[in-house]
Amino acid sequence: MSQVLEYSEKVMDHFTNPRNVGEIEDAAGVGTVGNAKCGDIMRMYLDIEDNIVKDAKFKTFGCGAAVATSSMATELVIGKTVEEALKVTNKAVMEALDGLPPVKVHCSLLAEEAIHAALWDYAEKNGITIDGLKPPVTDIDETEEFYKMEE
Amino acid sequence: MKDMIYLDNAATTKTSKEVYEAMKPYFDEYYGNAASVYRFAGESTKAVDDARLIVADFLGAKPKEIYFTGGGSESDNWALKGVAFAKRDKGKHIITSKIEHHAILHTCEYLEKLGYEISYIDVDENGIVKLDELEATIREDTILISIMFANNEIGTIEPIKEIGRIAHEHGVIFHTDAVQAYAHVPINVDELNIDILSASGHKFNGPKGVGIMYLRDGIRIESFIHGGSQERGKRAGTHNTPGIVGFAKATEIAKESLEKRASYEKELRDYLIDRILEEIPYTKLNGHREDRLPNNTNFSFRFIEGESLLIMLDQKGVCGSSGSACTSGSLDPSHVLLAIGLPHEIAHGSLRLTLSDENTKEEIDKTVDELKGIVERLRNMSPLYEDFIKKNK
Repeated sequence: MSQVLEYSEKVMDHFTNPRNVGEIEDAAGVGTVGNAKCGDIMRMYLDIEDNIVKDAKFKTFGCGAAVATSSMATELVIGKTVEEALKVTNKAVMEALDGLPPVKVHCSLLAEEAIHAALWDYAEKNGITIDGLKPPVTDIDETEEFYKMEE
Repeated sequence: MKDMIYLDNAATTKTSKEVYEAMKPYFDEYYGNAASVYRFAGESTKAVDDARLIVADFLGAKPKEIYFTGGGSESDNWALKGVAFAKRDKGKHIITSKIEHHAILHTCEYLEKLGYEISYIDVDENGIVKLDELEATIREDTILISIMFANNEIGTIEPIKEIGRIAHEHGVIFHTDAVQAYAHVPINVDELNIDILSASGHKFNGPKGVGIMYLRDGIRIESFIHGGSQERGKRAGTHNTPGIVGFAKATEIAKESLEKRASYEKELRDYLIDRILEEIPYTKLNGHREDRLPNNTNFSFRFIEGESLLIMLDQKGVCGSSGSACTSGSLDPSHVLLAIGLPHEIAHGSLRLTLSDENTKEEIDKTVDELKGIVERLRNMSPLYEDFIKKNK
């Protein structure tokens, strides 16, 4: 539990009062990254109009840092062009949060991946290519199997 | 801390006032070295001897079978390495379980590097060691079976007497890590067929940094800490007299009040379990429903992650712990929860609340009330919950 003490005030703020939690119906792009195995799953919804990110929402299963990085990532992409949003790096997310404990750096990478995955979905839906964007990785869920076995 | 609800008594406990008072004179009044000859040191020597009598009596052992150590981890290390090094001519095979504390598991990994072979026995969905598998794993060259008395995460109490019987039928030494069980459940080493036992002071309102190892008379194991002739030449180092006195005092109190405390804790524990399972959906109790430590509860809340849960509980003044990877500093959740068959996602969403006899029903009520809100809040934030709800619409 000592890790909690290492969270910056900004991380704690974004964890306890996360910005932009929720879903966007008929979002322009939706991306889900991470997996239950390592304990973090992030889903990012983007509302894009005229190549501008009008709105962003997220849902996250994960630790305090995972929630905080998701929240900050939505803040950072709102109002940006698609190209600018693509350039929001994990480093930018971390800096905006006044840093993360070393064991939590992967959470910021996940936030960056979530933005990319949502942009990829947007590009696919619209049949466009965005320079420098790679396809996201999806994972399998083992939990449903477990509950089937229990019944 | 004011208004704090402390529900992490498996991590450590408060040193009780009586224990603290009993220890105090051995810091500044009777500070003599228990190994010295002059009369002043005699007070310290006597205190250590008396402490040994109290602990031996509590376990149904002889005083010379009790060794004072620096804590549970040292006792576990000593038991495993001590037997391994003393019996290496007989064999290099050790049997343990998949749900042991890291003091056992990491010592086993170390012994593997030295050429020992370790078999890790499976447990069932409640965390009970599979006895048939245990017996079938015993070989000619098996020198030690080490199975914990009760699990530190899920509280499951192992069939110790049976395990000891099996070990003895095959002429194998039986060690049990009783760090979570000592002074919480009755233990008699003869009745339960125990050869070596580890216990730690701070898990039952005693001080930190002191433990014991019970070693059955006639079993020879190697020393672990070499130096002076303390503890019959088996464990060197100046006696931690205040710590030893505290350990004995806490044992004495436990002896008088164990039954009463256990029944109070059990009542509170069952109330907590019932409320949580009834009032929070998609929740699972981990560990055996009946054969568990009186003060242990462990839950998995689906769709949410443990660290988030702990921070939010902390903000409401409740101290608990979790088997989530984020609290262990690794990427994998608790090995215990994985061993009882939980998928990773469910294991990440676990919460352990461990009680003491100082906890009240009001505290449990407040905890459950806060927990309901926190779980709901985190679920509304969870993509897994969103998927689940959409799927089951």
